Amino acid sequence: MTAYLSRRSLLGIAGAGAGALLLGACGDDKSANPDGPQTINWWHIQNTEPMLPVWAAMAKEYETAHANVKIVIQPLENEAFKAKLTTATQAGSPPDLFQSWGGGVLKQQVDAGLVKDITAEVQPWIGSLLPAAVQPFTIDGKIYGIPFDVGMVGFWYNKEKFVQAGITDVPKTWAELLTVVSTIKSKGIVPIALAGKDKWPAHFYFAYLSMRIGGLGALQQAAKDKNFDTPDFTAAAARLKELIDLAPFQKGFLGAEYGSPDGQAATMGNGKAAMELMGQWAPTVQASSSTSKKGLGDKLGFFQFPAVDGGKGSVSEAFGGGNGFAVGKNAPASTVDFLASLMTAANQRKSAATGAVLPTVKDAADAIKDANSKTVASSLAAATGFQLYLDQAYPPAVGQQVNDSVAELVAGSKKPEQIVKDITAVAKSQ
Amino acid sequence: MPRIQEIAEPRTVLPAAAHPRGRRARLRPRRLGTIALFLAPALVLFVLLVILPILVAGYTSLFKWNGFNLPENYVGLDNFRRAFADPVFAGDLSRALILIALSLTIQLPVALALAMLLNQPLRGRVVYRLVFFAPYVLSEVTTAVLFTLVFSPNRGLGNSLAGLFGAEGGAVFADPDTVLYALFVVISWKYFGFYMILFLAARQGIPRELTEAAVTDGAGPWQVFRHVTLPLLGPTIRVGIFLSVIGTIQLFDMVWVLTGGGPIHSSETLAVTMFQYGFRRFEVGYASAISIVLFLLSLTFALFYQRFVMRRDLEGALTTGGVQR
Repeated sequence: MTAYLSRRSLLGIAGAGAGALLLGACGDDKSANPDGPQTINWWHIQNTEPMLPVWAAMAKEYETAHANVKIVIQPLENEAFKAKLTTATQAGSPPDLFQSWGGGVLKQQVDAGLVKDITAEVQPWIGSLLPAAVQPFTIDGKIYGIPFDVGMVGFWYNKEKFVQAGITDVPKTWAELLTVVSTIKSKGIVPIALAGKDKWPAHFYFAYLSMRIGGLGALQQAAKDKNFDTPDFTAAAARLKELIDLAPFQKGFLGAEYGSPDGQAATMGNGKAAMELMGQWAPTVQASSSTSKKGLGDKLGFFQFPAVDGGKGSVSEAFGGGNGFAVGKNAPASTVDFLASLMTAANQRKSAATGAVLPTVKDAADAIKDANSKTVASSLAAATGFQLYLDQAYPPAVGQQVNDSVAELVAGSKKPEQIVKDITAVAKSQ
Repeated sequence: MPRIQEIAEPRTVLPAAAHPRGRRARLRPRRLGTIALFLAPALVLFVLLVILPILVAGYTSLFKWNGFNLPENYVGLDNFRRAFADPVFAGDLSRALILIALSLTIQLPVALALAMLLNQPLRGRVVYRLVFFAPYVLSEVTTAVLFTLVFSPNRGLGNSLAGLFGAEGGAVFADPDTVLYALFVVISWKYFGFYMILFLAARQGIPRELTEAAVTDGAGPWQVFRHVTLPLLGPTIRVGIFLSVIGTIQLFDMVWVLTGGGPIHSSETLAVTMFQYGFRRFEVGYASAISIVLFLLSLTFALFYQRFVMRRDLEGALTTGGVQR
């Protein structure tokens, strides 16, 4: 009998304990008082050198100055971050401070009430930032995130390879680019490195061609009308097909990732290809994924995406985006204050000094050391228009379809006129 | 200590199995309560983590829903119609069939052959067993990363080896025509050791008298294998086939890391498609529909296979509690 009783009471205790744990997990004590003890959960994607220790130091500094605040940092790899954030947001519990690119994805999070409107709180200092950088984080006139980095996509090229191929001038038009590609290829050099597995690097070509051919207005109109089946987009896909038909990419590019040891950045960084179309972070990633860990150094150059003859777009229109942070709906009171501390001119200079970040605070622009970064920054400052990455600007399903469709075009399984129809079909279904 | 043994002693129930009729009489209410108490933790977990998600997925599959807030836009069976009209989804099904066919015709027979070889008195066979089983211990992701490096088109070991034999190694994971077969090679590399151990264990369970008797009757090695060993391995082979098919239908981790389903969907599986829609495109309703199809496929196969193929193997097994059906 005693065995029975003890067994039962034991189970009872265990059951009660488990129940209490479950209930405890449901509770969430977020302090609304800025002076009360609070924990800020911060997810960022600068999970490698050089920015990883910089963020950590800034957080430490803030913690030292504010004894009541504890900052829990979760550095995540880009793709891992996207997957993890999706789960967290769909469960309705976003982190307090997290990586965002603005645009359509942020809008979806805003619509779901997961992100805090911080317009009023950032009002005192938002004017110190580049307006073009803040734009993707502004939805219906309200600010939902703060960019700490802004940049643009352009061609990064290996000057040595260009010299080897006897090319003296960088291409100014699409036709010239095609000629350059053929010339380089005829010298036995791989003209372009591309990460086919990741898909988003290929969408840069389609997006830029669409901008050059149809102008910025065409991209915005397409999003509004949910129609990409227009002569401009078809022409953009057809121009891209001209490039693809030259077979300019490295061997096995369809299976290549961007940042893996054998990927697009490594191919460039190891001097195995003449150019790549990539954002402002390209030199950093080339260096970190190259075997020497140094990348191309002085041999690396940058030129704008060329114009397309007869196109409505201007070469001064930039395509790119920035990295920023959004504030989760349940974030403790000090979160925006901490975000502001990351965005002081002094801290932006520290970030910019790593070479991995192009600062959004105007005063910090003097901290850009690298010549290529300066070129990017000045092109951006002189830009007459700005378009956010399509897979960020459009709703996620449309953005992913753009990526998938361009990948199909690159792999040769779909024709230009088919892919614009496919993208339109998904846009209409949204 | 003796008391713990007394508590943990489940045998009080077992004799009832030997006398099926006596069983019901013993289930006094008090005892039922105890049983319920013991079942409860597992049952709660099972309902929360298995039954409930299935029901929720079934419910959300009827909506056009992006995963945020509550699903409101009821679309009936539209998501399922869309799936069956989508060439990628149809491709997923045919790719699963190809992989299953390859597993059953190559992977399992190779594992069986190796198991038979390693059952022979062979110098160093313990080492071989260990080496062949080792890949199974690695996680799927580790395996995938490993093979990305091996088959890396520019500096991979695979291509260097091919170069030694004068062949030019291609980028097998980057070619839509070869990627599925390359994937199969990796899956086989990882799992053949597992099936080999299964078969080997079963082979060792066959009493020596049976094969000896066959040899005495004048049977050659092949005849012994064909008419004595193979039939006695039947139950294990059928379990192996079952695990292999279910595993292939649900294949995800390896494909995701190795190829992401590409290039151009040519190595995509149902689970990868589901992930793409659920976590990339935020079309959670549609992804739920795919997951329901995945679940129904596995369930139907499992039920039919157990009912018609494994029925005799299960008779008299512990799972039926010794009660003949």
